[in-house]
Amino acid sequence: MDEKTIKSPQNIVYQKPRLMNDTPMHYCPGCGHSIVHKLVAEILDEMGIEEKTIGVCPVGCAVFAYRYLDIDWIEAAHGRAPACASALKRLWPEHLVFTYQGDGDLACIGTGETIQTLNRGENITVIFINNAIYGMTGGQMAPTTLMGMKTSTCPYGRQADLHGFPLKISDIAATLEGTCYVTRQAVNTVGNIARAKKAIRQAFENSLQGRGSSLVEIVSTCSAGWKMTPVQSNQWLTENMLPYYPLGDLKNIKD
Amino acid sequence: MQKDNDILLLKGNEAIAHAAIRYGYDGFFGYPITPQSEILETLALLKPWETTGMVVLQSESEVASINMIYAGGGSGKCVLTSSSSVGVSLMQEVIPYMAICEVPGLIVSVQRGGPGLGTIQPSQSDYRQATCGGGNGDYRTIVLAPCSVQESCDMVGLAKELMMKWRTPVIILSDGSIGQMMEKCILPPYTPRRTDEEIRRQCPWATNGLGLKDRKPNVMTSLELDQALMEKRNRELQKKYARIQQEEVRAEHYHTEDAETLIVAFGSAARISMGAIDNLRQQGHKVGLLRPVTLWPFPEKEILELASRMKRIVVVELNEGQMLRDVQWASQFRCPIEFIGHSGGVIITPDEISRKISEMGKL
Amino acid sequence: MARFKGIIEVDTKRCKGCNLCVVACPLKLIELSPLVNRNGYNYAVQTDPEKCNGCSSCGIMCPDGCITVYRTKE
Repeated sequence: MDEKTIKSPQNIVYQKPRLMNDTPMHYCPGCGHSIVHKLVAEILDEMGIEEKTIGVCPVGCAVFAYRYLDIDWIEAAHGRAPACASALKRLWPEHLVFTYQGDGDLACIGTGETIQTLNRGENITVIFINNAIYGMTGGQMAPTTLMGMKTSTCPYGRQADLHGFPLKISDIAATLEGTCYVTRQAVNTVGNIARAKKAIRQAFENSLQGRGSSLVEIVSTCSAGWKMTPVQSNQWLTENMLPYYPLGDLKNIKD
Repeated sequence: MQKDNDILLLKGNEAIAHAAIRYGYDGFFGYPITPQSEILETLALLKPWETTGMVVLQSESEVASINMIYAGGGSGKCVLTSSSSVGVSLMQEVIPYMAICEVPGLIVSVQRGGPGLGTIQPSQSDYRQATCGGGNGDYRTIVLAPCSVQESCDMVGLAKELMMKWRTPVIILSDGSIGQMMEKCILPPYTPRRTDEEIRRQCPWATNGLGLKDRKPNVMTSLELDQALMEKRNRELQKKYARIQQEEVRAEHYHTEDAETLIVAFGSAARISMGAIDNLRQQGHKVGLLRPVTLWPFPEKEILELASRMKRIVVVELNEGQMLRDVQWASQFRCPIEFIGHSGGVIITPDEISRKISEMGKL
Repeated sequence: MARFKGIIEVDTKRCKGCNLCVVACPLKLIELSPLVNRNGYNYAVQTDPEKCNGCSSCGIMCPDGCITVYRTKE
C-alpha cells in the first residue's frame, strides 16, 4: 500500500483538533500547556458545545490561550479568573464556564478568589496547571515550588525558614463543601494524557449538570524554567513532582 | 409585578437597588461596606432572581466584585456593583480593563471620608478618583453625581443607557448623605431583561459563545505585545472620549440668570448650596448655582460662559478642593474663584455657606 | 488478525523539535531531522514508515498539534 493511499482523509485517526487554530503557540518546546490546550479543544469539539462555552484566561504563561482555541474568552486580571467565572456562570447558567490558570495565578495572588469560588460551589471547572514555577516572568518561585528546588528568586533552593512550604491547593479544595470533583492529573505520558482528558471531560459535564465546582490540577513541566530539555523535564516530574503531588482523584462525588 | 407600589419612601441606597431591578439589570455583585450596604441588603430582601431573573451575589471582596462585572459586562450582560471609598480603591485594579476592553458596567460609589479607612460619614473626596481615572493608563469613566434619592434612582436608568451606548464603565458618584437619607421616590416601570437573542443582536462583540459558528471568536483582553497596536487602541479610545465630551455633558442651573456670584457644586454639596442660595437671595445677594450632573464629561463650556459674566465663582465641596481645579481650568480665571469646603466626613451647612459668601464682600 | 498500517504527517513548519514524540513512539520510528525549520528547530521525521501501525501516541503527545496520524487495515 503506498503512502498516498494511506494519507486519505478517511484514514485520519489523529489530528490537531478543529477548535485549535494554526497560530503558532508561544509556549516553549514540549510545554504541558500546549497539551492541555489541545485536550480542551478536543473535548469541547466532542461535546459540541462551543456555542455555549466561555473560557477565562489567567495572567501567566496561558495568558494568550485565547489566541489558540477558537472559542470566546475573557482575559482576567491576575488571579481573578474564578471571580470572572462565577459571574459568567450565574449570568449564563446554561453555559460551560471554565478557567484555565497557573500556579502563581490560582494558588498565590488569586488564592482568595479560588477558595471562595470553589466554596460557593459555583458550577464551573477550574483547570489548574501546576509546574512549580513562574514561567512567563522568567522562572521565579511559585507557591507550589518544591523544597530545595532552585528558581531565580530562591537561587539556593526553596527553604522553609525563608520561603515557607509548597502549597497543596487541591488538597484544600477537596475539603470544601462546594467542590464535587477534585483530581490531580499529569500529561507527561500518553497514558496520563488520556486520563487527564477523561478528567477534564468529567469536570465539564459536572459543570453543565450543576453538580458543583470541579478542579482539575495538571502537574506539568516548565523545561525553560527548570533548565532542562522537555524529555528530562518529564523524567524530573516523575521523580520529584509526583511524590509530592500524587496523581488521582482527591474527591469525586457522583450523584 | 406592576402591583408593587411605585412610590416609596426610600434611602438613596435602597432606591438604587429597586431601580436596578426595575431597569432590567441582569446582575449585581457587591461586598458590604458602610455607608452603602443597603444596596446589597435591599436586593437580597427583594429576591429579584425569583421575579426578573436578576442575579445577586455577595462577593468575597471588592476586587472580586469588579472582576465579576468586568466578566458579566464583557459577556453582554447589564451588570452593576457598588461600594464606598476604600472599597472603590480596590476596584481600581480592573476599571482600566473595562475601559480599554470597552466593557459596559455600572459602579455605584457611595463616598465616605478619607483617605484610607477614614470615617463612615459623607464626603466627596473621591472626585478625582472617579473623574481622573483612578487606575492605570489613559482612560476615563463617565461619572454621574446624584443630589437626591429620586436622582439616585433615575441615574441607574441613565447609566444603563450610557454604558450600553458607549460601551464604557459608568460611575454613579453618590455619598453617605444621599445614600442614607430618606425621601419620596417614584420608581420606574419594569423594563424586561434582554433575551439571549437580543443580547446576541445588540452586543455582537460580547464573549458569550452565542452564534460562534457563524462568526470569529470574541475575546476580551487588554493585553497587547505590540506597542504600536496598543497606542492605536488608546487613540481609538480617546476619539470615543472626545465624542462623549461633545454629546453627554449634563448640568443643572439654579438662579443663574441674574446671578453675580456663582456657586459650583455637585451632589450633596449642591443640595446644601441651594439652601444657602435661598437664604442669600432673601438678603439681596444675587447668587446662583451650576450643578454638574456629569462630573466627567465636565461642563467646561458652561462654566467658561458663566465665568465670563460672573463677579465671583465659589466652589463648594465636601473635600479639600478637588473639583476646584477643574472649575479654575474651565473658567480660565475670568473671575475670582473662592473655595468653601469640609472634609473627612464633616458636612457643611447652608448657614456656613451663606455667612462665608456674605463675608466675601462686594466685588 | 488484520495488521494495521499507519503513517504520520508532521507539520514541520510548526514543529518545535521538543523530542516528546520521539520518546512517545513505542516502535521508535521517529527522530529529529538534522535539518532545521525557519524557526531553527530540528523538526520530527518518521524514519521507517513501513513499520508504523498508526497507534497515534506521537500525535497525542505532540504539544503543538503538528502530527496527523493515518491508519488503515492492510
